Amino acid sequence: MSRLSFAATAAVLVLLFGTASVLYPGFFSARVVANLFGDNAALGVAAVGMTFVILSGGIDLSIGAVLAFTSTFVAAMIERHGVPPLAAVALGLAIGAGFGAFMGALIHRYELPPFLVTLAGMFFARGMAFVMSLESLGISHPFYRKAATFGIPLTDRATLNAPALIFLAVFAAGAIALHAARFGRDVYAVGGHEPSARLLGVAVGRVKIAVYALSGACAALAGVVATLRMGSGNPAQGTGFELDAIACVVMGGTLLTGGVGSLPGTLTGVLIFGTIQIALVFDGRLNSWWARIVVGALLLIFIVFQKLLARAARRRA
Amino acid sequence: MKPDSLHKLRSWFVGFPLLWPVVGLVALLAFNVIYHPGFIALEVRDGHLYGTPVDLLNQGAKAILLAIGMTLVIASGGIDLSVGSVMAIAGALGAMLAKRADMPLVAVIVLPLFLAAAAGLWNGLLVARAGIQPIIATLVLMTAGRGLAMLLTGGQNPAFERPGFIFLGNGHLLGLPFAIYVVAAALAVSGLLLRRTALGLFLESTGDNERASRAAGVDARLVKTAVYVVSGVCAGLAGLVATSNIKQADPIRLGEMMELDAIFAVVVGGTALTGGRFTLAGSVVGALLIQTLTQTMFYLGVPPPIAPVPKAIIVLAVCLLQSARFREDVVRRLGRPLRR
Repeated sequence: MSRLSFAATAAVLVLLFGTASVLYPGFFSARVVANLFGDNAALGVAAVGMTFVILSGGIDLSIGAVLAFTSTFVAAMIERHGVPPLAAVALGLAIGAGFGAFMGALIHRYELPPFLVTLAGMFFARGMAFVMSLESLGISHPFYRKAATFGIPLTDRATLNAPALIFLAVFAAGAIALHAARFGRDVYAVGGHEPSARLLGVAVGRVKIAVYALSGACAALAGVVATLRMGSGNPAQGTGFELDAIACVVMGGTLLTGGVGSLPGTLTGVLIFGTIQIALVFDGRLNSWWARIVVGALLLIFIVFQKLLARAARRRA
Repeated sequence: MKPDSLHKLRSWFVGFPLLWPVVGLVALLAFNVIYHPGFIALEVRDGHLYGTPVDLLNQGAKAILLAIGMTLVIASGGIDLSVGSVMAIAGALGAMLAKRADMPLVAVIVLPLFLAAAAGLWNGLLVARAGIQPIIATLVLMTAGRGLAMLLTGGQNPAFERPGFIFLGNGHLLGLPFAIYVVAAALAVSGLLLRRTALGLFLESTGDNERASRAAGVDARLVKTAVYVVSGVCAGLAGLVATSNIKQADPIRLGEMMELDAIFAVVVGGTALTGGRFTLAGSVVGALLIQTLTQTMFYLGVPPPIAPVPKAIIVLAVCLLQSARFREDVVRRLGRPLRR
């Protein structure tokens, strides 16, 4: 079932990309593909973390706010307090992971609904972002500038920039952790049926806390990616970001009830999202709000499709 | 005091579900009055009543309207994340209609409410008929809704000058802001329907145990669909009031983060997110509590963007207090030094 779902997602991506390539001259190029990864790096990184959380049967609504907090925190540390950039980034990631772990602990220990705890986390992190700075903070540190312009040239016009490389690295690490390590199997087990997982000896609490910590760290890294892309930390950015990430994960065939899904699916979902955005830019006639409507419609189509698949599977069983 | 009467007193306290929300609201108000005695001052200017308490009710009108709908949705075991977007949609249509001089005022108000009801019906059908989880079903409209609102206004924020429509959010009646009457009417209607007829009972049984209530003859699907329609209409009304307040449409910012305020109000008011029993009065107190908190931050000179931090801490604290395991933990930790 999950394989069929992934095939459908991949087909949609090919169809979208193919249609755009036919409609818009210059769309089918290495540069657009490289941009697809670079432009959606923050979303992709956060979506990797979100995939783990959703697979475990939870949800994390705080990632947009954590992204905003981390970007502002890193910028403030470097510019206002003279902290070396790498140390500031490491500190930002640690805070993101710690924040996620704290939310995970509340969800597990006190059996609070994940969406409520992470909703409160969203409020909190958003407010703390503005505590760091009320306005956008530029980063002028030379090392940071250099890191932002770093890239691996693919062709003479296409370059995989630093955000794209971070995205690919996080995706690869996540795929190994999820599909080739014990941790991944534990996540599937907890999301599939928590009581059974506990009976099988899975440390359910530890897994749940770990997925939220991972999601927090990914969201924080997405914030770092955002500072690389924009050269500044902005406390107001990333509203609605969590919805985009959830949409990508769901389009990738991961069930919101947990236990079913994959990281390659999420990657495909992110690329679908990015292709729609770039196609709208190429078109120029349609306004940016169409992207939201199209993503909303695709989300609905995928959910209904999954529902039908699940119903068919149940009938066969 | 005899143990018996102490016990009675305690059971009365525990049996009064509004206790903690009211205590919280009163404590917050008391803090404000001590910190800033002008807080409760009321004055009459041009025959209208002015002062912070009136402001709280007037500004809180939107949150209370949303909280009414959200209470019903949560009581049915669901959640509605789309209310902010529905506010934007209804407000956008209202503003576009208000710009047309040939459009009667009734249509300017009623057509957006129909559209909001349709949006709610869409959510309800996805949840009750298609069997999609409420978070996800309403997420679709939350994502796409603002795009639809932009489509209605052509991406602009059109201003309008329609006295009747502007009165909705800025006018006064018998000395009080008109929005307060709108809220009072919405509360009276929903309160009468839910507590004086069997509808409230159907709703609580559906939220408590859908299967059992279906077996008992309650049309659980119809109940679940209906609560989303009510939530849509409430959001539409709130969107019209908010649009009238600023005298223009604002598809992007109108109702932003309001879904969180609404959920917050319901949870703080004492309705459990697991569905079943609900309290409308609690949600109203909860909505006033957030509004007071927002106002308090303003008086303390906290920049508005930082205001979510205390909101988050309070909502988490309330949820923890509702968790049986947390209370056990606290009792154990407090009890330890005594036992030693």
